[in-house]
Formats: sequence, structure tokens, C-alpha cells
Amino acid sequence: MHTFDAIDAASLRSDIPEFRAGDTLKVHVKVVEGNRSRVQVFQGVVIRRHGGGIGETFTVRKISFGVGVERTFPLHTPIIDKIEVLTRGDVRRAKLYYLRGLRGKAAKIREKRDAVPAKSDAKA
Amino acid sequence: MTVAATTSNRTVKGLLGKKLGMTQVWDADNRLVPVTVVEAGPCVVTQVRNGATDGYDAVQIAFGAIDPRKVNQPMSGHFEKAGVTPRRHLVELRTADAADYELGQEISAEIFEAGQRVDATGTTKGKGFAGVMKRHGFAGVSASHGAHRNHRKPGSIGGCATPGRVFRGMRMAGRMGGVRQTTQNLQIHAVDAEKGLLLIKGAVPGPRGGIVLIRTAAKGA
Repeated sequence: MHTFDAIDAASLRSDIPEFRAGDTLKVHVKVVEGNRSRVQVFQGVVIRRHGGGIGETFTVRKISFGVGVERTFPLHTPIIDKIEVLTRGDVRRAKLYYLRGLRGKAAKIREKRDAVPAKSDAKA
Repeated sequence: MTVAATTSNRTVKGLLGKKLGMTQVWDADNRLVPVTVVEAGPCVVTQVRNGATDGYDAVQIAFGAIDPRKVNQPMSGHFEKAGVTPRRHLVELRTADAADYELGQEISAEIFEAGQRVDATGTTKGKGFAGVMKRHGFAGVSASHGAHRNHRKPGSIGGCATPGRVFRGMRMAGRMGGVRQTTQNLQIHAVDAEKGLLLIKGAVPGPRGGIVLIRTAAKGA
């Protein structure tokens, strides 16, 4: 299935930062209202990345006015203006569906502690 | 005779091609469009039929490379007459403007344009011996309520002593798929004339690598 990679390559985006499940993202989404467009921010935790290639999607979950809201974006969709990675989460699973059953403090994800600088400090 | 008159009045453009597979693209309004990529053409005209000699107007087109040693003598003579190298697949298109084609003329994906409606004909994927639920969309039998080992069975296939037989054409289990099928009114999303690719919105019959015939839509606007 590499016969039409060129077609996919035309739609693939190269400006997507690296992120995985558990990370907190700010997704800037272009919203078209009538004939003018503005940018809306959807901020939340990535609970899954699904698929690969041009069809890859990711799902962001947030709590809005006490209600859980999940939004699934195609990774390469042109409606995403940009993606900001706020925090890296320390999680042990690729799919964080268990967050749906948790609320408040229990649904909090620990931030990943970067081990590299700590090591270099120890050596010095 | 009237049938012939109505069918030959339409001008049909068509191409043979190879289905490469499906993918997705975004359109101008940022909507996701599922597309089938078809490597259409290049085809060559091998015969032009006209009303005087053949009784109808049609153009015969050929597609696909073949080892010339595998072509039998009658066929190689046919290709030689058109002045082209032998091809693997031949198909005839009945069209009113057949006279505008000439022998050996090359046809490529450019004959189609984005937004146009087309019909796609191919051989569907073989499904083997399939039951009635898969083959004919029967509802099957209840999962519970005393149903016993008959969840995917068809149920009754007719009466008893009257009529005393099963009606001809009763839908039952059997071989499914591997037949010629036409999907009508598919929209051409984009044409890549340089690479000879057609992006057709939606699914096209057949497996990847299967031969498909793309024609102007018989119905629709």
C-alpha cells in the first residue's frame, strides 16, 4: 500500500508536536461562523491516539461545567491551527478510558518527571 | 430497434484502470472525504464500430501491459490492425461519438474532470460460501427466547403440500461475491492527469489491484 503515498503526503502535516496519551494539550481549532473564522481553544488530556498514517486520530477529554467532554480530531486535519503541549503525563497505558469513571483529584494525572537532568546533576 | 436507438444516443467517456486502494483527503471546506484511488489508463483505441458495418456505434479500448508471447494469433492480429502493442484487457463502450475516435488513439485520465459523476464497474471480492444473513441481509433468528442452534438460519422457505415445492429463485446460502458489479453516480473528487490517477469519492467494487471500468454516469444530472 505504498502506491499512492504521494496523495497522502500532500495532506500530511509536519507541524504536529510529539505527544502521547496522558499529555495535556491546548488544541487551537479554527471555527468558521458564516464568512468569518476564529480560533477556539480546546484544552484537555489526551486519552487515546488511534490509527496511523493519514487516518490517525487523537481524543482530548476535558471537564466542562462539570460535564465530561471528549473531542476526537484527525491528527492531520487542516482545521487545527496549532497544538500546544502543556504537560507530559506519567501514565502506564496507551488508552486512558479509565479516566471516564474518575472525577476530581482521582482523575488527575501525575506530571512526568524528566530523569535526564536529575542524572546529570548527580554526576556533577 | 428502439432500444438500440436510445442506447446509442448517449455519449459515453470511459477508461479502464486499476484500483489502488482507499485513503482520505480534505476538501476545500476542510471536510474529510473518503476516496478510492484509481490508476486510470492510459488506454488505447483498438477498434471503432459504426452503424454501417456493425449495426451500432461503439469504441473498443484496451488497457494493461502483457507479454507479447502470451497473446494468441487472432488477438495479436487484432492489435496489429490498430497499430498498437498488445494489451491485457479489452472493453467496448457504446457511445454516439464513436466516430470521433481513431485507431491507436491514446486516452488518459484527463477525459474526466473533478466534480463529474461516473459509474464504476468491477468484479467484487469473493466471499466464498456465505449464509443468508451475510448474502441476502436476512435478520436471522432470535438470540434467545428458546432459539436453539438456529440463530443464523433463514427460517421458513415456503409452504407445505401447497405448493409442494420450493419456488425458483428462493434466496438461500451460496457463493457470494466475485461477480461484476457497477456502482453508479460516484463523484470524481480530483484528477491527477500527470500520474493518471482518479480520486473517486466513496468505494469502488473489487480488491486492490482489481481492474475497474470508469464511465460517465448513466443516470443522474
